[in-house]
Amino acid sequence: MKYIYYPGCSLEGTAAEYSISTMAVLGALGVELVELDDWTCCGATAAEGISHLLSFALPARNIAVAEKMKLNCDILVPCSACYLNLKRVEHETRLDPSLLKKVNQVLETENLVLKGKLKTRHLLDVLASDIPVSDIASRVIKPLEGLRIAPYYGCQCLRPYAVFDDPEEPVSMEPIITALGASVYEWDMGGRCCGASLMSTAPDAGIELVAGLLETAQDADAVVTVCPMCQMNLEAYQKRASKKRQMHYDIPVLYLPQLMGLAMGLPDDQVRMDLNLCVPDAFRNKLMARQTA
Amino acid sequence: MKAAIDGSGEPGKPKTLEERLAPVRKMLLACIQCGTCSGSCPNAWAMDSSPRHLWRLLLTHNGEEIFKSRTFALCSTCYSCTLRCPRGLPLTDAMSLLKQVAAAENIYIYRRSVRFYQSFMESVRRHGRVREMEFMTLYFMSMKNPMIPLKFTPLGMKLMAKGKVSFEIPSKGSGKLDALFRKAKEIEDQS
Repeated sequence: MKYIYYPGCSLEGTAAEYSISTMAVLGALGVELVELDDWTCCGATAAEGISHLLSFALPARNIAVAEKMKLNCDILVPCSACYLNLKRVEHETRLDPSLLKKVNQVLETENLVLKGKLKTRHLLDVLASDIPVSDIASRVIKPLEGLRIAPYYGCQCLRPYAVFDDPEEPVSMEPIITALGASVYEWDMGGRCCGASLMSTAPDAGIELVAGLLETAQDADAVVTVCPMCQMNLEAYQKRASKKRQMHYDIPVLYLPQLMGLAMGLPDDQVRMDLNLCVPDAFRNKLMARQTA
Repeated sequence: MKAAIDGSGEPGKPKTLEERLAPVRKMLLACIQCGTCSGSCPNAWAMDSSPRHLWRLLLTHNGEEIFKSRTFALCSTCYSCTLRCPRGLPLTDAMSLLKQVAAAENIYIYRRSVRFYQSFMESVRRHGRVREMEFMTLYFMSMKNPMIPLKFTPLGMKLMAKGKVSFEIPSKGSGKLDALFRKAKEIEDQS
Protein backbone atom coordinates (compact mmCIF):
# COMPACT_ATOMS: atom_id res chain seq x y z
CA MET A 1 0.00 0.00 0.00
CA LYS A 2 1.33 3.39 -1.02
CA TYR A 3 -0.01 6.91 -0.62
CA ILE A 4 1.09 10.43 -1.37
CA TYR A 5 1.33 12.11 2.03
CA TYR A 6 0.03 15.65 2.45
CA PRO A 7 0.76 16.67 6.06
CA GLY A 8 -0.52 20.26 5.97
CA CYS A 9 0.73 23.22 7.97
CA SER A 10 -0.53 22.29 11.45
CA LEU A 11 1.30 18.98 11.35
CA GLU A 12 4.58 20.86 11.02
CA GLY A 13 3.81 22.95 14.10
CA THR A 14 1.18 22.65 16.76
CA ALA A 15 0.19 19.13 15.67
CA ALA A 16 3.71 17.74 15.18
CA GLU A 17 2.85 14.65 17.23
CA TYR A 18 0.04 13.85 14.81
CA SER A 19 2.44 13.69 11.87
CA ILE A 20 5.16 11.79 13.73
CA SER A 21 2.75 9.16 15.06
CA THR A 22 0.93 8.85 11.71
CA MET A 23 4.16 8.11 9.88
CA ALA A 24 5.33 5.70 12.59
CA VAL A 25 2.09 3.72 12.81
CA LEU A 26 1.58 3.47 9.05
CA GLY A 27 5.22 2.46 8.67
CA ALA A 28 4.75 -0.30 11.24
CA LEU A 29 1.67 -1.48 9.35
CA GLY A 30 3.68 -1.73 6.15
CA VAL A 31 2.21 1.33 4.44
CA GLU A 32 4.51 3.44 2.31
CA LEU A 33 4.10 7.23 2.41
CA VAL A 34 5.70 9.54 -0.14
CA GLU A 35 5.53 13.16 0.97
CA LEU A 36 3.99 15.52 -1.58
CA ASP A 37 6.64 17.60 -3.36
CA ASP A 38 6.75 21.28 -2.43
CA TRP A 39 3.29 21.25 -0.84
CA THR A 40 1.60 24.47 0.20
CA CYS A 41 -1.27 25.45 2.51
CA CYS A 42 -4.77 24.21 1.61
CA GLY A 43 -6.35 27.51 2.72
CA ALA A 44 -7.91 25.96 5.85
CA THR A 45 -11.23 27.62 6.65
CA ALA A 46 -9.61 31.05 6.23
CA ALA A 47 -9.51 31.11 2.41
CA GLU A 48 -13.25 30.69 2.04
CA GLY A 49 -13.78 33.56 4.46
CA ILE A 50 -11.97 35.78 1.96
CA SER A 51 -12.19 34.39 -1.58
CA HIS A 52 -14.21 31.61 -3.19
CA LEU A 53 -11.75 31.00 -6.03
CA LEU A 54 -8.72 31.01 -3.75
CA SER A 55 -10.42 28.44 -1.51
CA PHE A 56 -10.39 26.09 -4.52
CA ALA A 57 -7.09 27.15 -6.10
CA LEU A 58 -4.98 26.58 -2.97
CA PRO A 59 -5.96 22.94 -2.39
CA ALA A 60 -6.07 22.35 -6.17
CA ARG A 61 -2.43 23.38 -6.43
CA ASN A 62 -1.50 20.48 -4.17
CA ILE A 63 -3.56 17.94 -6.08
CA ALA A 64 -2.02 19.17 -9.34
CA VAL A 65 1.47 18.70 -7.87
CA ALA A 66 0.48 15.20 -6.74
CA GLU A 67 -0.71 14.35 -10.27
CA LYS A 68 2.64 15.52 -11.60
CA MET A 69 4.42 13.02 -9.33
CA LYS A 70 2.92 10.26 -11.50
CA LEU A 71 2.63 7.80 -8.62
CA ASN A 72 -0.96 7.02 -9.41
CA CYS A 73 -1.98 6.46 -5.79
CA ASP A 74 -4.39 8.20 -3.42
CA ILE A 75 -3.44 11.31 -1.45
CA LEU A 76 -3.53 10.64 2.29
CA VAL A 77 -4.41 13.59 4.52
CA PRO A 78 -4.51 13.42 8.35
CA CYS A 79 -5.92 16.92 8.98
CA SER A 80 -9.69 17.12 8.52
CA ALA A 81 -9.70 20.72 7.27
CA CYS A 82 -7.04 19.95 4.65
CA TYR A 83 -8.89 16.77 3.74
CA LEU A 84 -12.17 18.56 3.16
CA ASN A 85 -10.53 21.29 1.08
CA LEU A 86 -8.83 18.79 -1.21
CA LYS A 87 -11.96 16.60 -1.34
CA ARG A 88 -14.08 19.60 -2.23
CA VAL A 89 -11.87 20.35 -5.22
CA GLU A 90 -12.04 16.71 -6.31
CA HIS A 91 -15.83 16.69 -5.98
CA GLU A 92 -16.87 20.14 -7.19
CA THR A 93 -14.53 20.43 -10.19
CA ARG A 94 -16.03 17.19 -11.52
CA LEU A 95 -19.53 18.63 -11.28
CA ASP A 96 -18.67 22.09 -12.57
CA PRO A 97 -16.38 22.34 -15.62
CA SER A 98 -16.41 26.15 -15.47
CA LEU A 99 -14.95 26.00 -11.95
CA LEU A 100 -12.24 23.60 -13.16
CA LYS A 101 -11.43 26.04 -15.96
CA LYS A 102 -11.08 28.97 -13.55
CA VAL A 103 -8.97 26.94 -11.16
CA ASN A 104 -6.67 25.96 -14.01
CA GLN A 105 -6.35 29.59 -15.08
CA VAL A 106 -5.06 30.34 -11.60
CA LEU A 107 -2.77 27.29 -11.58
CA GLU A 108 -1.16 28.45 -14.84
CA THR A 109 0.80 30.91 -12.71
CA GLU A 110 2.50 27.86 -11.16
CA ASN A 111 2.80 25.97 -14.46
CA LEU A 112 0.38 23.38 -13.13
CA VAL A 113 -2.74 21.73 -14.51
CA LEU A 114 -5.42 20.00 -12.50
CA LYS A 115 -6.75 16.97 -14.33
CA GLY A 116 -8.84 15.64 -11.48
CA LYS A 117 -7.58 12.07 -11.58
CA LEU A 118 -6.48 11.51 -8.01
CA LYS A 119 -8.53 10.67 -4.96
CA THR A 120 -8.07 12.34 -1.60
CA ARG A 121 -8.41 10.11 1.45
CA HIS A 122 -8.59 10.95 5.13
CA LEU A 123 -6.18 9.09 7.41
CA LEU A 124 -9.17 7.63 9.27
CA ASP A 125 -10.65 6.37 6.00
CA VAL A 126 -7.38 4.59 5.20
CA LEU A 127 -7.09 3.13 8.71
CA ALA A 128 -10.71 1.98 8.77
CA SER A 129 -11.20 0.92 5.15
CA ASP A 130 -7.86 -0.08 3.60
CA ILE A 131 -6.08 -1.72 6.51
CA PRO A 132 -7.72 -4.89 7.84
CA VAL A 133 -8.47 -4.42 11.52
CA SER A 134 -6.89 -7.84 12.12
CA ASP A 135 -3.56 -6.40 10.91
CA ILE A 136 -3.86 -3.69 13.55
CA ALA A 137 -4.84 -6.20 16.26
CA SER A 138 -1.92 -8.47 15.39
CA ARG A 139 0.53 -5.58 15.92
CA VAL A 140 -0.74 -4.85 19.43
CA ILE A 141 1.79 -5.87 22.05
CA LYS A 142 0.64 -3.71 24.95
CA PRO A 143 -3.16 -3.78 24.90
CA LEU A 144 -4.95 -0.79 26.37
CA GLU A 145 -7.03 -2.93 28.68
CA GLY A 146 -9.27 -1.10 31.10
CA LEU A 147 -9.09 2.19 29.21
CA ARG A 148 -12.32 3.79 28.03
CA ILE A 149 -11.69 5.85 24.94
CA ALA A 150 -14.11 8.46 23.59
CA PRO A 151 -13.89 8.55 19.78
CA TYR A 152 -14.14 12.13 18.58
CA TYR A 153 -14.49 12.62 14.84
CA GLY A 154 -15.38 16.31 14.63
CA CYS A 155 -16.99 17.69 11.49
CA GLN A 156 -14.98 17.96 8.37
CA CYS A 157 -13.92 14.35 7.88
CA LEU A 158 -17.63 13.43 8.04
CA ARG A 159 -19.47 16.31 6.41
CA PRO A 160 -20.61 17.42 3.91
CA TYR A 161 -19.22 14.47 1.94
CA ALA A 162 -20.22 11.19 3.55
CA VAL A 163 -17.34 9.15 2.18
CA PHE A 164 -16.44 6.46 4.71
CA ASP A 165 -18.68 6.86 7.73
CA ASP A 166 -22.14 7.89 8.90
CA PRO A 167 -21.99 11.69 8.97
CA GLU A 168 -24.41 11.89 11.92
CA GLU A 169 -23.48 8.84 13.98
CA PRO A 170 -19.91 7.97 13.09
CA VAL A 171 -18.50 4.58 14.11
CA SER A 172 -15.36 4.04 12.02
CA MET A 173 -12.95 4.44 14.97
CA GLU A 174 -14.69 1.86 17.13
CA PRO A 175 -13.25 -1.36 15.64
CA ILE A 176 -9.77 0.19 15.82
CA ILE A 177 -10.18 1.18 19.49
CA THR A 178 -11.43 -2.32 20.31
CA ALA A 179 -8.55 -3.90 18.38
CA LEU A 180 -6.16 -1.94 20.60
CA GLY A 181 -7.65 -3.66 23.65
CA ALA A 182 -9.46 -0.55 24.92
CA SER A 183 -13.19 -0.14 25.24
CA VAL A 184 -15.29 2.45 23.43
CA TYR A 185 -16.71 5.14 25.69
CA GLU A 186 -20.34 5.54 24.71
CA TRP A 187 -21.30 9.12 23.97
CA ASP A 188 -23.24 10.90 21.29
CA MET A 189 -20.84 13.79 20.79
CA GLY A 190 -18.48 12.12 18.30
CA GLY A 191 -19.64 14.22 15.36
CA ARG A 192 -20.36 17.46 17.23
CA CYS A 193 -18.48 20.64 16.39
CA CYS A 194 -15.55 21.76 18.60
CA GLY A 195 -16.11 25.40 17.62
CA ALA A 196 -13.15 25.46 15.20
CA SER A 197 -11.73 28.98 14.81
CA LEU A 198 -14.47 30.50 16.98
CA MET A 199 -12.02 29.98 19.86
CA SER A 200 -10.11 32.88 18.28
CA THR A 201 -12.82 34.90 16.56
CA ALA A 202 -15.74 34.51 19.00
CA PRO A 203 -14.34 32.83 22.13
CA ASP A 204 -17.53 33.24 24.17
CA ALA A 205 -19.35 31.01 21.71
CA GLY A 206 -16.43 28.64 21.09
CA ILE A 207 -15.79 27.88 24.75
CA GLU A 208 -19.36 26.63 25.23
CA LEU A 209 -18.88 23.98 22.56
CA VAL A 210 -15.54 22.94 24.04
CA ALA A 211 -17.01 22.79 27.56
CA GLY A 212 -19.99 20.74 26.36
CA LEU A 213 -17.68 18.15 24.82
CA LEU A 214 -15.37 17.98 27.83
CA GLU A 215 -18.29 17.63 30.18
CA THR A 216 -19.75 14.69 28.25
CA ALA A 217 -16.32 13.04 27.99
CA GLN A 218 -15.54 13.41 31.69
CA ASP A 219 -15.82 9.72 32.55
CA ALA A 220 -13.65 8.58 29.66
CA ASP A 221 -9.92 7.93 30.19
CA ALA A 222 -9.05 9.80 27.02
CA VAL A 223 -10.55 11.40 23.94
CA VAL A 224 -9.06 10.45 20.58
CA THR A 225 -9.27 12.77 17.60
CA VAL A 226 -8.28 12.83 13.94
CA CYS A 227 -8.15 16.61 13.50
CA PRO A 228 -5.55 19.14 14.72
CA MET A 229 -8.18 21.84 15.23
CA CYS A 230 -10.40 19.61 17.38
CA GLN A 231 -7.39 18.39 19.33
CA MET A 232 -6.12 21.89 20.07
CA ASN A 233 -9.54 23.18 21.09
CA LEU A 234 -10.26 20.26 23.41
CA GLU A 235 -6.78 20.10 24.90
CA ALA A 236 -5.67 23.69 25.24
CA TYR A 237 -8.77 25.30 26.70
CA GLN A 238 -9.59 22.87 29.51
CA LYS A 239 -8.76 25.43 32.18
CA ARG A 240 -10.93 28.09 30.60
CA ALA A 241 -13.78 25.62 30.12
CA SER A 242 -13.41 24.43 33.74
CA LYS A 243 -13.70 28.00 34.96
CA LYS A 244 -16.73 28.60 32.83
CA ARG A 245 -18.56 25.53 34.12
CA GLN A 246 -17.04 25.57 37.63
CA MET A 247 -15.77 22.06 37.03
CA HIS A 248 -12.36 20.49 36.82
CA TYR A 249 -11.70 19.07 33.38
CA ASP A 250 -8.46 17.16 33.11
CA ILE A 251 -8.62 14.70 30.25
CA PRO A 252 -5.98 13.66 27.73
CA VAL A 253 -6.83 14.33 24.09
CA LEU A 254 -4.72 12.11 21.88
CA TYR A 255 -4.50 11.65 18.15
CA LEU A 256 -5.73 8.24 17.01
CA PRO A 257 -2.29 7.16 15.70
CA GLN A 258 -0.78 8.13 19.09
CA LEU A 259 -3.20 5.76 20.80
CA MET A 260 -2.36 3.08 18.24
CA GLY A 261 1.33 3.66 18.81
CA LEU A 262 0.91 3.17 22.56
CA ALA A 263 -0.84 -0.18 22.03
CA MET A 264 1.64 -1.26 19.38
CA GLY A 265 4.47 -0.54 21.80
CA LEU A 266 6.16 2.03 19.56
CA PRO A 267 8.99 3.97 21.20
CA ASP A 268 8.23 7.29 22.91
CA ASP A 269 9.91 9.29 20.15
CA GLN A 270 7.36 7.92 17.68
CA VAL A 271 4.32 8.58 19.86
CA ARG A 272 5.49 11.91 21.29
CA MET A 273 3.09 12.15 24.21
CA ASP A 274 5.58 14.68 25.59
CA LEU A 275 4.15 17.13 23.04
CA ASN A 276 0.62 16.85 24.41
CA LEU A 277 -0.35 19.67 26.74
CA CYS A 278 -2.46 17.55 29.06
CA VAL A 279 -1.44 14.06 30.19
CA PRO A 280 -2.76 13.59 33.75
CA ASP A 281 -0.92 11.27 36.12
CA ALA A 282 -3.98 9.02 36.41
CA PHE A 283 -3.78 8.31 32.68
CA ARG A 284 0.00 7.80 32.78
CA ASN A 285 -0.40 5.35 35.68
CA LYS A 286 -2.99 3.33 33.79
CA LEU A 287 -0.64 3.14 30.82
CA MET A 288 2.24 2.03 33.07
CA ALA A 289 0.12 -0.65 34.73
CA ARG A 290 -0.55 -2.47 31.43
CA GLN A 291 0.77 -5.96 30.86
CA THR A 292 2.60 -6.96 27.75
CA ALA A 293 0.48 -9.39 25.75
CA MET B 1 -30.30 43.64 -15.59
CA LYS B 2 -27.57 41.03 -15.85
CA ALA B 3 -26.06 42.25 -12.60
CA ALA B 4 -29.26 41.60 -10.70
CA ILE B 5 -29.35 37.99 -11.86
CA ASP B 6 -25.81 36.72 -11.45
CA GLY B 7 -24.14 39.48 -9.47
CA SER B 8 -21.52 40.06 -12.13
CA GLY B 9 -21.88 43.85 -12.28
CA GLU B 10 -19.95 46.01 -14.72
CA PRO B 11 -16.30 45.03 -15.15
CA GLY B 12 -13.89 47.41 -13.45
CA LYS B 13 -16.57 49.01 -11.28
CA PRO B 14 -16.77 48.12 -7.58
CA LYS B 15 -19.73 45.85 -6.93
CA THR B 16 -22.70 47.07 -4.95
CA LEU B 17 -23.87 45.11 -1.94
CA GLU B 18 -26.88 43.98 -3.93
CA GLU B 19 -24.62 42.69 -6.72
CA ARG B 20 -22.48 40.82 -4.24
CA LEU B 21 -25.50 39.19 -2.63
CA ALA B 22 -27.17 38.14 -5.87
CA PRO B 23 -25.25 34.84 -6.27
CA VAL B 24 -25.95 33.89 -2.63
CA ARG B 25 -29.65 34.59 -3.09
CA LYS B 26 -29.64 32.44 -6.21
CA MET B 27 -28.30 29.50 -4.19
CA LEU B 28 -31.15 29.81 -1.70
CA LEU B 29 -34.15 30.29 -3.93
CA ALA B 30 -35.50 26.83 -3.08
CA CYS B 31 -35.43 27.50 0.71
CA ILE B 32 -38.75 26.46 2.26
CA GLN B 33 -38.06 28.17 5.62
CA CYS B 34 -38.40 24.88 7.52
CA GLY B 35 -35.75 25.84 10.07
CA THR B 36 -33.85 22.52 9.99
CA CYS B 37 -30.67 24.60 9.58
CA SER B 38 -31.37 26.58 12.76
CA GLY B 39 -32.23 23.41 14.68
CA SER B 40 -29.01 21.73 13.53
CA CYS B 41 -26.63 24.62 14.12
CA PRO B 42 -24.41 24.14 17.19
CA ASN B 43 -23.99 27.91 17.47
CA ALA B 44 -27.60 29.01 16.93
CA TRP B 45 -27.93 29.77 20.66
CA ALA B 46 -25.26 32.47 20.34
CA MET B 47 -26.70 34.06 17.19
CA ASP B 48 -28.81 37.21 17.23
CA SER B 49 -30.75 35.96 14.21
CA SER B 50 -31.29 32.29 13.32
CA PRO B 51 -29.83 30.90 10.09
CA ARG B 52 -33.41 30.42 8.80
CA HIS B 53 -34.14 34.09 9.43
CA LEU B 54 -30.94 35.08 7.68
CA TRP B 55 -32.06 33.25 4.51
CA ARG B 56 -35.42 34.99 4.76
CA LEU B 57 -33.75 38.40 4.92
CA LEU B 58 -31.69 37.50 1.90
CA LEU B 59 -34.68 36.26 -0.12
CA THR B 60 -36.72 39.36 0.72
CA HIS B 61 -33.86 41.64 -0.39
CA ASN B 62 -33.08 42.90 3.10
CA GLY B 63 -29.35 42.68 2.57
CA GLU B 64 -28.52 45.52 4.90
CA GLU B 65 -30.25 43.77 7.80
CA ILE B 66 -28.04 40.70 7.27
CA PHE B 67 -24.97 42.82 7.90
CA LYS B 68 -26.26 44.04 11.22
CA SER B 69 -26.34 40.43 12.44
CA ARG B 70 -23.34 38.42 13.67
CA THR B 71 -24.97 35.16 12.57
CA PHE B 72 -22.78 34.19 9.62
CA ALA B 73 -19.62 35.17 11.50
CA LEU B 74 -20.58 32.54 14.09
CA CYS B 75 -20.70 29.75 11.50
CA SER B 76 -17.99 27.26 12.45
CA THR B 77 -18.32 25.37 9.14
CA CYS B 78 -19.51 22.10 10.72
CA TYR B 79 -21.78 21.37 7.73
CA SER B 80 -24.63 20.03 9.89
CA CYS B 81 -27.13 22.33 8.17
CA THR B 82 -25.83 21.44 4.71
CA LEU B 83 -26.09 17.74 5.50
CA ARG B 84 -29.63 17.98 6.83
CA CYS B 85 -31.23 20.61 4.56
CA PRO B 86 -34.26 18.85 3.00
CA ARG B 87 -33.80 20.92 -0.15
CA GLY B 88 -30.13 19.99 -0.38
CA LEU B 89 -29.01 23.62 -0.32
CA PRO B 90 -25.30 24.42 0.18
CA LEU B 91 -25.97 26.46 3.33
CA THR B 92 -22.43 26.37 4.74
CA ASP B 93 -21.16 27.66 1.41
CA ALA B 94 -23.77 30.44 1.59
CA MET B 95 -22.45 31.39 5.05
CA SER B 96 -18.92 31.49 3.60
CA LEU B 97 -20.05 33.71 0.74
CA LEU B 98 -21.54 36.12 3.29
CA LYS B 99 -18.18 36.09 5.11
CA GLN B 100 -16.53 36.99 1.80
CA VAL B 101 -18.93 39.90 1.30
CA ALA B 102 -18.19 41.16 4.83
CA ALA B 103 -14.45 40.94 4.07
CA ALA B 104 -14.78 42.67 0.68
CA GLU B 105 -16.92 45.46 2.15
CA ASN B 106 -14.68 45.65 5.23
CA ILE B 107 -17.65 45.90 7.59
CA TYR B 108 -16.50 46.95 11.05
CA ILE B 109 -18.54 44.58 13.22
CA TYR B 110 -16.91 41.54 11.58
CA ARG B 111 -13.37 42.85 11.92
CA ARG B 112 -12.36 40.12 14.32
CA SER B 113 -13.12 37.18 12.03
CA VAL B 114 -12.22 39.05 8.85
CA ARG B 115 -8.79 40.06 10.17
CA PHE B 116 -8.24 36.56 11.51
CA TYR B 117 -8.80 35.08 8.04
CA GLN B 118 -6.83 37.87 6.34
CA SER B 119 -3.83 37.43 8.65
CA PHE B 120 -3.85 33.68 8.02
CA MET B 121 -3.96 34.18 4.26
CA GLU B 122 -1.25 36.81 4.39
CA SER B 123 1.14 34.35 6.00
CA VAL B 124 0.24 31.74 3.35
CA ARG B 125 0.80 34.23 0.53
CA ARG B 126 4.23 35.12 1.87
CA HIS B 127 5.56 31.67 2.63
CA GLY B 128 3.33 29.12 0.91
CA ARG B 129 2.58 27.49 4.26
CA VAL B 130 1.04 29.23 7.21
CA ARG B 131 3.47 30.07 9.99
CA GLU B 132 1.26 29.79 13.03
CA MET B 133 3.07 32.34 15.22
CA GLU B 134 3.48 34.84 12.40
CA PHE B 135 -0.20 34.52 11.55
CA MET B 136 -1.26 35.12 15.16
CA THR B 137 1.15 38.08 15.45
CA LEU B 138 -0.27 39.63 12.28
CA TYR B 139 -3.76 39.09 13.65
CA PHE B 140 -2.96 40.70 17.01
CA MET B 141 -1.30 43.64 15.27
CA SER B 142 -4.31 44.18 13.04
CA MET B 143 -6.72 44.14 15.98
CA LYS B 144 -4.77 46.82 17.88
CA ASN B 145 -6.24 45.53 21.15
CA PRO B 146 -3.68 44.36 23.72
CA MET B 147 -6.30 42.32 25.59
CA ILE B 148 -6.60 39.80 22.75
CA PRO B 149 -2.94 38.70 22.69
CA LEU B 150 -2.90 38.67 26.50
CA LYS B 151 -5.58 36.00 26.49
CA PHE B 152 -3.49 33.85 24.17
CA THR B 153 -0.17 34.36 25.97
CA PRO B 154 -0.44 31.36 28.34
CA LEU B 155 -1.17 29.01 25.43
CA GLY B 156 1.54 30.58 23.29
CA MET B 157 4.07 30.08 26.09
CA LYS B 158 3.08 26.43 26.54
CA LEU B 159 3.38 25.75 22.81
CA MET B 160 6.77 27.47 22.70
CA ALA B 161 7.96 25.44 25.69
CA LYS B 162 7.03 22.29 23.73
CA GLY B 163 8.96 23.59 20.73
CA LYS B 164 5.79 23.44 18.62
CA VAL B 165 5.95 27.09 17.65
CA SER B 166 8.72 29.62 17.90
CA PHE B 167 8.65 33.36 18.33
CA GLU B 168 8.53 34.85 14.90
CA ILE B 169 8.69 38.42 13.73
CA PRO B 170 6.53 38.66 10.61
CA SER B 171 8.73 38.64 7.52
CA LYS B 172 8.11 39.35 3.87
CA GLY B 173 9.08 35.83 2.90
CA SER B 174 9.66 34.82 -0.70
CA GLY B 175 6.16 35.80 -1.81
CA LYS B 176 5.84 32.15 -2.78
CA LEU B 177 2.17 32.31 -3.74
CA ASP B 178 2.07 35.97 -4.86
CA ALA B 179 1.27 35.19 -8.48
CA LEU B 180 -1.39 32.64 -7.59
CA PHE B 181 -3.12 35.03 -5.19
CA ARG B 182 -2.97 37.86 -7.73
CA LYS B 183 -4.43 35.74 -10.51
CA ALA B 184 -7.31 34.50 -8.33
CA LYS B 185 -8.16 38.07 -7.39
CA GLU B 186 -7.95 39.23 -10.99
CA ILE B 187 -10.38 36.53 -12.15
CA GLU B 188 -12.77 37.17 -9.27
CA ASP B 189 -12.77 40.93 -9.84
CA GLN B 190 -13.64 40.36 -13.50
CA SER B 191 -16.47 37.91 -12.98
